[in-house]
Amino acid sequence: GGGGGAEEEELTAQETALYDRQIRVWGVDAQKRLSKAHVLVCGVNGTTIEFCKNIVLAGVGSLSLMDDHIVTEDDLNSNFLIPHDESVYGGKSRAEVCCESLKDFNPMVRVAVAKGDPSLIDGTFIDRFDIIVLSRASLKTKLFINDNCRKRSKHIAFYSVDCKDSCGEIFVDLQNHSYLQKKPGGEPEQQELKYPSLQVWKFNLNFFCRFVEIKSFSSCALLFCTPSLFAPRIRFV
Amino acid sequence: MASAAAPASSEEAVKAAKVLMVGAGGIGCELLKTLALSGFSDIHVIDLDTIEVSNLNRQFLFRKSHVGQSKAHVARDAILKFRPNINIESHHANVKDAQFNVDFFKQFNVVLNGLDNLDARRHVNRLCLAAEVPLVESGTTGFLGQVTVHVKGKTECYECQPKPIPKSYPVCTITSTPSKFVHCIVWAKELLFAKLFGDKNQDNDLNVHSKDGSSSKLDVFERDVDEDLDQYAQRIYDHVFGYNIEVALENEETWKNRRRPNPVYIRDTLPEAVKQNGSSWDCSNDHEEPSAMASLGLTNPQEIWTLAENSRVLLEAFKLFFEKREKEIGNLVFDKDDQLAVEFVTAAANIRAHSFGIPLHSLFEAKGVAGNIVHAVATTNAIIAGLIVIEAIKVLQDDYKNYRMTYCLEHPTKKLLLMPVEPFEPNPSCYVCSETPLLLDVNTKVTKLKEVIDKIIKSKLGMNLPLVMIGSTLVFEDGDGLEEDEAANYALNLEKVLAELPAPVINGTKLTVEDFQQELSCSINIKHREEFDEEKEPDGMVLSGWSAPVEKQINSNGENKSAASSSSARATDDTVEDPSKPGMKRKLDELLETKENCDASSSAQVVEDDDDCTMLDGNPALIKKKRLQ
Repeated sequence: GGGGGAEEEELTAQETALYDRQIRVWGVDAQKRLSKAHVLVCGVNGTTIEFCKNIVLAGVGSLSLMDDHIVTEDDLNSNFLIPHDESVYGGKSRAEVCCESLKDFNPMVRVAVAKGDPSLIDGTFIDRFDIIVLSRASLKTKLFINDNCRKRSKHIAFYSVDCKDSCGEIFVDLQNHSYLQKKPGGEPEQQELKYPSLQVWKFNLNFFCRFVEIKSFSSCALLFCTPSLFAPRIRFV
Repeated sequence: MASAAAPASSEEAVKAAKVLMVGAGGIGCELLKTLALSGFSDIHVIDLDTIEVSNLNRQFLFRKSHVGQSKAHVARDAILKFRPNINIESHHANVKDAQFNVDFFKQFNVVLNGLDNLDARRHVNRLCLAAEVPLVESGTTGFLGQVTVHVKGKTECYECQPKPIPKSYPVCTITSTPSKFVHCIVWAKELLFAKLFGDKNQDNDLNVHSKDGSSSKLDVFERDVDEDLDQYAQRIYDHVFGYNIEVALENEETWKNRRRPNPVYIRDTLPEAVKQNGSSWDCSNDHEEPSAMASLGLTNPQEIWTLAENSRVLLEAFKLFFEKREKEIGNLVFDKDDQLAVEFVTAAANIRAHSFGIPLHSLFEAKGVAGNIVHAVATTNAIIAGLIVIEAIKVLQDDYKNYRMTYCLEHPTKKLLLMPVEPFEPNPSCYVCSETPLLLDVNTKVTKLKEVIDKIIKSKLGMNLPLVMIGSTLVFEDGDGLEEDEAANYALNLEKVLAELPAPVINGTKLTVEDFQQELSCSINIKHREEFDEEKEPDGMVLSGWSAPVEKQINSNGENKSAASSSSARATDDTVEDPSKPGMKRKLDELLETKENCDASSSAQVVEDDDDCTMLDGNPALIKKKRLQ
């Protein structure tokens, strides 16, 4: 992927110049790890392309896009990666068109199309990824993929995102996540977070459902009502 | 603002809106994209900057092939690719230019700022007040950011909360008693680098005299005719790091309570260099940018060099300037994108730091300090841009009950990313939007008008082209179109002390100061005072009366005295009212630690000959955090 792979694994001069401002935020170490990471995005839409833009600009190792839907005029409304030129997008899948645009954002990142159906992908396929982002998938597919992520020997991070009207939801499963937290005036402390699987979290959600009125336009609203110990909530103001 | 009835729906409001975006950089690119996708179809963009490589990690409308081109124009073209039918007018210009006057601003329904400096923000604030156009302000630094709404008469203006004055370092700290790395950087940049490569006519505080009567020249920095470059370099090295330190050590008083610095000589740090005569490193490739690191085989900018390595870099950089860039010497100004200059300043600062027992830093870190670099990522800008549009839509619908100031930060206890707060009412003592007079303590017998204009009117009050009146007597005017005799008269007045102006300024006199372009007018009441504390009041004058009434000291550290709250302010979310202090302060502290010179007030200061503080770029993101603490 990216610029990594040299014996010493130092960032190249090109990377240092391009990523200067963000290295000052998260450090060289994080940048190096980022450049070796492989991400899969299933479902190319307004929400996920924002993520794609950001992760490609940041210099991720590789990004694979899975979405076989053919581009329609509807897509043009919320997707800034699709040029208004039918000769460019006509007859192509969302993944194909967006892939080409994203490559442009950062030539050092490998962006590719992954053909297939998210509900059918198997364990060995997802092994090549460190992170999977899922959008506009059925609950069944979300559970299926989340389950697969947990079954693999390597930890694969799982994100499911969706936006409806002015509401958004995100589900995060990093399984067992450890990180270093800087303490004021002291040594960095190791912290551990245990994320529940979607299966477990959904069970808790159903439990509280009985006590909360279901809003008409979005089941997402429930996410903001339930006391959440798990996924961070993004509030829309 | 034009008194049209509020539009029925947000869609209609957006369609009809004419929007001005100031800044097409980090926030600007994201904002322009979001505006376009949200249905805005009439947008003006102003940005004076051109595209640099370091922009490309987040300013996604730009490509490598665009480096050097205008941000405003390229951003416009990029947006039109996926929204060909909207109207975008791009201006590659400074928003402070005369063409962007009040009439220009009046044509817009809302102004959206994506700026990176305090000066421009204040200017836009004043124009928006004058034109009565709502302003949505914003700023980001790393993971932090905020969006604020300013509507004349309804909310605070951008300047109702005074922004803290930029950090400046006393001259003696820089020249004699540095205690932090940033002091060494300022010394290396503003003294050593400037002395050797900058304008020779500029005053410089570096000690240029040599005690030993052997040299007949006045200035030890002058190169002798036919002096060998190596020798010249080593001589300068010994002078600034060795001799000058010894001289400083002679003053016992200074070091009574301070760690004594160690003089550093080339014979100790690089014994082998002294023996070599006339040898120069092989800088083979003439086409590449000359670099001391490259010549010496130092490849990692994150590495902290040893004293010996720093010394080698210094000497090598010194020589490369003379060997490869001789023509520029005498005109050079430090530029963070000038690799050789950064290497030189890093090495010089490190050697000085070593002398004074201050930890050394890598080139990467030094560059950040010397170049006032603001760290930045794409995601924060994207979030902030989204929030800007949300507020803009509220503004267009006159939905003032729902205006929010939104802070993007890691809430220490709740797992929230965004903290919305209701805006405060206008500050009745804000000299910008409430026309309350200010008070200036000054010695009217010895202070010249020029000093008041530079230090107070232009600097603190942020006026661009001020006009100063005493009663009905015009004593000073700035700008184009002045008659020769008028200009001559003003020039004379500048040099007069206040008490001796055509209309004398004494205790109790009231000055009227105006900036025609900003349509800002304010009064300054003069109070005569004889004595000023050199350390605490280095300007020799003190301006007061423009801080908000402090009802609640929020910051337990006691540092932030301008924390204000008015009775009408209520947090939307109860948890916001008392964010866990240690957590928020820690966040701020971390920032302040890592970017010593880039604290809430500003970035590293230029130490000029007469101790003037130059107001450099400040990031309100940090300032706002302080306010809420």
